[in-house]
Amino acid sequence: MASLITCPHCGVRPKEEFSIRGAAGPVRPSPSARQEVWHAYAYVRDNPKGRYQEYWHHAGGCRRWLVVDRDNVTHAVFAVIDATEWHKTAGSRI
Amino acid sequence: MSSFRLDAGGLVNRSDALSFSFDGKSFTGFSGDTLASALLANDQMLVGRSFKYHRPRGVVTAGSAEPNALVTVGAGARAEPNARATMVELHSGLSAVSQNRFPSLKHDFGAVNGLLSPFLGAGFYYKTFMWPKPFWEKVYEPLIRRAAGLGKVTLAADPDRYEKSWAHCDLLVVGGGPAGLMAALAAARAGARVILADEGFRFGGSMLSETVTIGGLPAQDFVRQTIEELATLANVTLMPRTTVFGWYDDMVFGAVERVQKHVSQPSADLPMERLWRIVARRAILSSGAEERPLVFGGNDRPGVMTANAARTYLNRYGVAVGSRVAVFTNGGSGYRTASDLVARGIEVTAIVDARQTAQDTVPDGVRVIRNGSIISTKGRHRLSGIITARSGFEEVISCDALAMSGGWSPIVHLMCQRGAKPVWSDEAQGFMAPDVGAGFVAAGSAAGVERLSDCLRDGAAKGAASAAALGFAPYDVNTPDVEGEYDPSFAPLWYVPGARDKAFVDFQNDVAVSDLGLSQREGFSHIEHTKRYTTAGMATDQGKLGNVATIGIVAGMRGVSPAEIGTTTFRPFYTPVSFGALAGAERAEHLRPVRTSPLHGWAKKNGASFVESGLWYRSAWFVRAGETGWRESVDREVRAVREAVGICDVSTLGKIEIFGSGAAEFLNRIYSNSFLKLPVGKARYGLMLREDGMVSDDGTTSRLSDSHYVMTTTTAYAGEVLAHMEFAAQTFWPDLDVRFVSTSDQWAQMSIAGPKARVVLSRIVEDDISAQALPLLGARTVTLKGGLQARLFRISFSGELAFELAVPAGYGESVADALMDAGRDAGITAYGVEALNVLRIEKGFVTHSELDGRTTADDVGLGRMMAMQKPDFIGKRLSTRFGLTAADRLQLVGLKPVEIDKEFKAGAHLLKENATPSMANDQGFVSSVCHSPTLGHCIGLAMLKSGRERLGERIHVWDGLRGTDVVAEVCSPVFVDPDATRLHL
Ligand SMILES: [Zn+2]
Repeated sequence: MASLITCPHCGVRPKEEFSIRGAAGPVRPSPSARQEVWHAYAYVRDNPKGRYQEYWHHAGGCRRWLVVDRDNVTHAVFAVIDATEWHKTAGSRI
Repeated sequence: MSSFRLDAGGLVNRSDALSFSFDGKSFTGFSGDTLASALLANDQMLVGRSFKYHRPRGVVTAGSAEPNALVTVGAGARAEPNARATMVELHSGLSAVSQNRFPSLKHDFGAVNGLLSPFLGAGFYYKTFMWPKPFWEKVYEPLIRRAAGLGKVTLAADPDRYEKSWAHCDLLVVGGGPAGLMAALAAARAGARVILADEGFRFGGSMLSETVTIGGLPAQDFVRQTIEELATLANVTLMPRTTVFGWYDDMVFGAVERVQKHVSQPSADLPMERLWRIVARRAILSSGAEERPLVFGGNDRPGVMTANAARTYLNRYGVAVGSRVAVFTNGGSGYRTASDLVARGIEVTAIVDARQTAQDTVPDGVRVIRNGSIISTKGRHRLSGIITARSGFEEVISCDALAMSGGWSPIVHLMCQRGAKPVWSDEAQGFMAPDVGAGFVAAGSAAGVERLSDCLRDGAAKGAASAAALGFAPYDVNTPDVEGEYDPSFAPLWYVPGARDKAFVDFQNDVAVSDLGLSQREGFSHIEHTKRYTTAGMATDQGKLGNVATIGIVAGMRGVSPAEIGTTTFRPFYTPVSFGALAGAERAEHLRPVRTSPLHGWAKKNGASFVESGLWYRSAWFVRAGETGWRESVDREVRAVREAVGICDVSTLGKIEIFGSGAAEFLNRIYSNSFLKLPVGKARYGLMLREDGMVSDDGTTSRLSDSHYVMTTTTAYAGEVLAHMEFAAQTFWPDLDVRFVSTSDQWAQMSIAGPKARVVLSRIVEDDISAQALPLLGARTVTLKGGLQARLFRISFSGELAFELAVPAGYGESVADALMDAGRDAGITAYGVEALNVLRIEKGFVTHSELDGRTTADDVGLGRMMAMQKPDFIGKRLSTRFGLTAADRLQLVGLKPVEIDKEFKAGAHLLKENATPSMANDQGFVSSVCHSPTLGHCIGLAMLKSGRERLGERIHVWDGLRGTDVVAEVCSPVFVDPDATRLHL
């Protein structure tokens, strides 16, 4: 895993300042979506090898939720984006 | 005792004598010595017993790869086992003891293992001690633990401080030998910020051990001059005594600096060791090369050491490793050692060269045996001779030390710690550093460069190139000329045939060539399997000396190239790192800080016993004179609340302030019940769900103004709730204008509960707090007498008339004191979390004992709090799915024993009459239990299948752990004041 994460708000910070929540891909369905859709959102996750987008919380910093776009094999980090920004364009990403 | 210290030469200060002890015996060394050089100077060649066979062992190296000279340094709480004597810097008063021997180093009972050695081959323990099974724990393991092992760890607490630090640089140079010094110099002169780290206490690496001339100066003087220049450069940080042990992602290196391991009187103002994380834009690995021991019969006799070690003790420490030294070599290093010894007047009895021919310079008068081999050695605690063989003829050559050289292996560990494997080179007959990109390159002998002059040139070039790549203006470094260097090249020789005695590949683990053969025959032929089966390459040295020979020999046995065998996996740490350094300051309360409430002092002086709740210390109950047990205090506290008035510290509850024009809508979506229309000045109990429909937390939220709320959470979930709300605000509903701030530590909060609560409270509050002015669930700012602004909430967790008063934390204790004074005549009583728990169980209020992540709102009787008419809230959609609405779900009920004096405990299971205890017959479980002083008997809350339909039913409360079975009646969970009349006083 990366040793350093570049928070878009705080700059380069050690990974110990962050906590990780999991895949950033799944989007919360609309309240009226079918129950199967909700079930998939709540329970079903991929376990990809390679490039992966993940929620990281800068708990020991600005307390913003971020999306870290990284490779879980090479540990390369491609981008760190504020989660709100990421969701604005999420439709084009996934 | 004869002295092996020479009269002159070396980098020890003969005018600074240091006394030290080894195994209780006093010795003298000099400043500049290592423990190993000082022991050798005092003719103490025997330093330890081997791991498995208890064979006598001596110093083999002069560096960090040392497998044998492991000693325990220091005494008492500072005793440190497995210290490498070759790396321990001598200081006055140092005490060291040998390890793995009983009763003494010279007379060791365990050496009988050596006689049994034909039966103690690889895998012996696994095969022999399997049966009978109980014998393993009781007999074999204790025996083995006693017989085999390294040093013993002290059980005393470490008295020293440790710390952690970050460092940043343009270029990190790992290793301060010829290549490292030149690389640092080149990059530093170009202007780069350079960190030069070396595991030793003196920079210079191999140059400290060689008799060459560099740039017209003796090598040791050249080193001094170079270090002096580096020390004057502001952009250079020199870090001696610092081992770079790990290479991590994003060019972060781990390093440990031994700050004052080498001083007699450690300063309390400095840490003992410092753990560094070094962020480098680029790095150069100039860690040098390790000289390989030769694998021949009896090669572990004390006095057998590498040629480089013998040369280092001679030239750097002014110590002769023997008076008559033999040499066994397959390359130039052996000859150079022989020449240096002869130059200092020490007899060299023979050079045994495994090669047919060689161009190396032979010192005058020294006999050379070409195409020779050693098949055995003589001597007990020190070498007395070697048996050589050539063309079938054997000869005994007498000597008291043997300098061996089996060639060189680049030290490439650091570059292989992130997945890359070292690359076999047929030409160099060794494993070379892998290509891991331009950011981290090897230089000098770590890169396979052989000659000293080439190492200097390589280091300078790579240092300059690194600086240039980072954008610094190029700076030409003149590489100094070297006079008198030797050619260290060698011919491969993995194993010397014809061994008469055990030929060891791994000294530390007592792994001999025969063990490697056995592991191949028994199918453990993959190198990783060979390692586990034979233990070659394990323990503290991780095979730094032996691994390459292990691979070479296994390759030979299988008839393939070492390239095909490959290496085992390299992982941090390069050398052992103390737990102290890894823990740093994060120990005891610095790892687990103690959180005390602002009312802690108040609680303490009122007799509180405290209970840990996460990091918090909460007052559990308050003892009064004459009370003999906690139950007595708790019962009194409960009665006081029910009959008069009590005061309880609730400051540990999470407190989150919520602001913004979207706050109301946000709360409406975060909570399952309605919050949109909560009026200003009112509090409301709220339930939070997870998205899967289960309850996650509860608490009250009060509206202080249109766009300002204050939320309370349970003590344990304060952090999680805040993170959850931040997540929801930022990712689900970023368009809502809402902000959060935790104020848990800013407020002291106390609950004042009981029929006399209002009377007492009104004595310290200016404002009108009558039932009309502050009705149930009122929440407002009030002014205390004296002028302090406070927040007052009319909320109750006891079922009594109750208020929660919040004041700025610093005022907490004085306000609590004032309340105690104001309530004295009313009988005000401090109560703790035990009484709080009894009060809530009597009322059937749930906590995380019931809200355990598996319960829905309906399960705990809070179905009315599911505002299904709202378009959305977290957990709404999945709360209606099949399974969460099933009729036989566990539901909250009350339990009371049928025989009123019987008791049961939380965790007990519920069974129908005559049902045998089994998972199939399980009807539920008891979640909370207390003795109710109000009712005078045991009561409990339980989760029972279809519980609400079963009121009045008799059920068995079966407790398999405690062996009890009590019949109880299922009842309403509200035991006291079911109509809640007391709340409305
Ligand atoms: Zn941040």
